[in-house]
Amino acid sequence: MENPTDGVTLIVCSGDMDKVMAALNIAIGAAASGKEANMFFTFWGLKAIQKGNLTGNSFFGKMMGIMNRGGIDRIGPSRFNFWGIGRWMFNQMMKMHKITPIAELRQTAIDLGVKLLPCQMSMEVMEIKKEDLIDEAQPSCGVATMLEMAYRSKATLFI
Amino acid sequence: MSIENEVTVKLNLEGLLCPIPVVKVAKAIKDLPVGGVLEATATDPGVLADIPAWARTTGNEVIKIEREGKLVRFLVRKLK
Repeated sequence: MENPTDGVTLIVCSGDMDKVMAALNIAIGAAASGKEANMFFTFWGLKAIQKGNLTGNSFFGKMMGIMNRGGIDRIGPSRFNFWGIGRWMFNQMMKMHKITPIAELRQTAIDLGVKLLPCQMSMEVMEIKKEDLIDEAQPSCGVATMLEMAYRSKATLFI
Repeated sequence: MSIENEVTVKLNLEGLLCPIPVVKVAKAIKDLPVGGVLEATATDPGVLADIPAWARTTGNEVIKIEREGKLVRFLVRKLK
């Protein structure tokens, strides 16, 4: 762990489909070329590693769970989403052009050994529990863990 | 002599969330002599990963870190 590597650290702050897709692509590319790839999911990014069930305990938390429901198949593009119509359209176009669906990309990343790390603080704020995240997610962590990975990496990207 | 007897400073980090536990530990360690031991309790499960990561990057030693229900208790020795 202490040895420097030439891997990549991705901080996924966005929960937009396009940005998560780009992040997954980069991680897969790095992992496929034998490099260490770690993805740290913070804030809206958490949606990409949620199972997709409703979340939250408090009133605000539950509202958040409804209006900002997670799940890799629920996240929409940053532009032209139009309450889900845009996402559907994008998915159709991706199918048309034989682009790998985002859920499959995430699975590929997992299969290649990309580590998916959830941010504990964001989980706390948004009332997302460990059980709400996919089983493949690593134990939650914070900034010191993310920084340690970043120091070891040759490239760190904030997405 | 048990490690508990070596504790030079105790920190209560309960209820605090990332990045404050790391900040407070770093600050407290600064004021310790080399070899000094810090004991802390926290409720943020994130410290389970973060304190060892911080220690590795700063060159300090986590003597013990364990979860007791909702509480995380850890001991850090200042090495330099």
